Amino acid sequence: MSKAYISETNIITALGQGVSANIAAMLEGKSGITLYYDKEISTQSFYAARVDNALLESLDPEFTRFEKLILASINGIKNLKADLLKSPKTLLIFSTTKGNIDQVPSGKRVKLYDSCQYISNYLGNPNKPLVVSNACISGTVALILGKKLIESGTYKDILVLGADIVSAFVLSGFQSFKALSEGACKPFDANRTGLSLGEGSAAVWLSSEKNDQNPALFIAGGGISNDANHISGPSRTGDGLFFSINKAIIESETLGVKKEMIGYVSAHGTATPYNDEMETKAINTAELNHVPTNSFKGYLGHTLGAAGLIESAIGMYSMQQNILIPSLNYSAHGVTLPLNVIREKAEVDIQAMLKTSSGFGGCNAALVIGKE
Amino acid sequence: MERFFISDHVRISNGQFSKNGNLIFAEDKDEPFTQTIRAFYKSLEIQHPAFYKMDNLSKLGFCAAELLLKDHNQLSLYNSQEVGILLANENSCLDTDQEYVETIKDPENYFPSPAVFVYTLPNIVIGEISIRHKIQGENIFFIQPEFDAEFMVNYANGLLESKSLKAVLVGWVEFYQDKYDAFMYFASSEKSKQNTLEHTVDTIKKIYNK
Repeated sequence: MSKAYISETNIITALGQGVSANIAAMLEGKSGITLYYDKEISTQSFYAARVDNALLESLDPEFTRFEKLILASINGIKNLKADLLKSPKTLLIFSTTKGNIDQVPSGKRVKLYDSCQYISNYLGNPNKPLVVSNACISGTVALILGKKLIESGTYKDILVLGADIVSAFVLSGFQSFKALSEGACKPFDANRTGLSLGEGSAAVWLSSEKNDQNPALFIAGGGISNDANHISGPSRTGDGLFFSINKAIIESETLGVKKEMIGYVSAHGTATPYNDEMETKAINTAELNHVPTNSFKGYLGHTLGAAGLIESAIGMYSMQQNILIPSLNYSAHGVTLPLNVIREKAEVDIQAMLKTSSGFGGCNAALVIGKE
Repeated sequence: MERFFISDHVRISNGQFSKNGNLIFAEDKDEPFTQTIRAFYKSLEIQHPAFYKMDNLSKLGFCAAELLLKDHNQLSLYNSQEVGILLANENSCLDTDQEYVETIKDPENYFPSPAVFVYTLPNIVIGEISIRHKIQGENIFFIQPEFDAEFMVNYANGLLESKSLKAVLVGWVEFYQDKYDAFMYFASSEKSKQNTLEHTVDTIKKIYNK
């Protein structure tokens, strides 16, 4: 069985293009969340983290914003040859919650599959794209699917792609839920009042063969579960997320990655009162609350279907560089149970990391990345 | 290769509700979906008030799961984490998306509703089924141009083979502009009294295309 190695990653966020550029901005304490006045999105001002239009300008205007985000994320993968995309042994996996939701009035490729197929055709990939739409765990689920399809030998290379845009649709919906933070969101903080929306995309290239990455990273384990409790609120006990974490850890051990090796947790940390409380409970049940943990939502907002991918890509880079990135806007501990939230940049050897995600519909996912 | 079996399968389309190929309930195919599905729900004689809050996609999936798991003696064999749900459709929740857009497109008449917004994710139907039947294992919603029996069967069998799950509910739940089609089945390593069909791509294609 071949492992699912991480060959290369790229992200497009409010903090710019590329994982290293994003991390550099984060270490300077920059946040992509700002106040916008944009009548296309809302008649009132709103906070969000949006991608700079300049990063998408060079792309054919025939593509929608969602499609441009996906293509821009692929364009930043330097070693990806066009031949590899055209190979029948290469699969494209897409993760998104809403795709071209801003196109509903015009009807342009509003069906998720149409948009993904359009991108796939443009890239010349011969396979049917695999499209996942599983709320805010979509990106993490897409990586878990990628792992399985590489390990089974079905594909040699998989490009896992994810994007979501900031739209009038999603903004008004979260406003109606009263789930948005007044300013930039504050994950795990005592004064957190809700989430901030983000926009972004990511491309994670998985391969059955190690390339020249040093150290080499691979997806060691994954778990997906459901709370079976409520469609729009997380469980109070965190049992569903714990099941996912536990499953991911058990699977990782078969590939030699032990629980004790997990030196970093990239939490979902949306900064809604309930999510952060539930997530902390699950991490405590898994006895990982001593492990340095952060949420990237204070920097990038909640990028929905792309969040699991973008945040995994940043976490992978932190593993390679052995750096812990502070969790932005965390000052007073605001969850009932203990959690080791990262306050300052630190350099430590990270042998393995855990990524967690949770979403509407009661879904949860967890992923372990290992290092060789 | 370990073998897996389909214990029961159901279909809801054109006003017909069938289980293992037998017609269980029927309404006129020209009846609007909302009336058809409500009539079926009432015939179940269950107490689940959340049904009336669901969007059409969730009502369809919920009823397909109800038809499948009513008098089903296998689900109780497993703990909640050992059972998973894999569903797919063509139009995601576009029908509800369009309904929601109607509530926000006119600034003079702007009334976004959280009760509608929550259903603008296709996997909410999985959440509804999970709550009703206490199913907590792996759950994924895929978007496909048509039911991809090959992918769904192979992926489900992979989960069963790896012991990640002991049983899995697999299906297609599609609703758009009053056109609907639901197909759902239960697969595990157990043979049942009703059915001894092996869970293979060919078998599922045959049942689905009937």
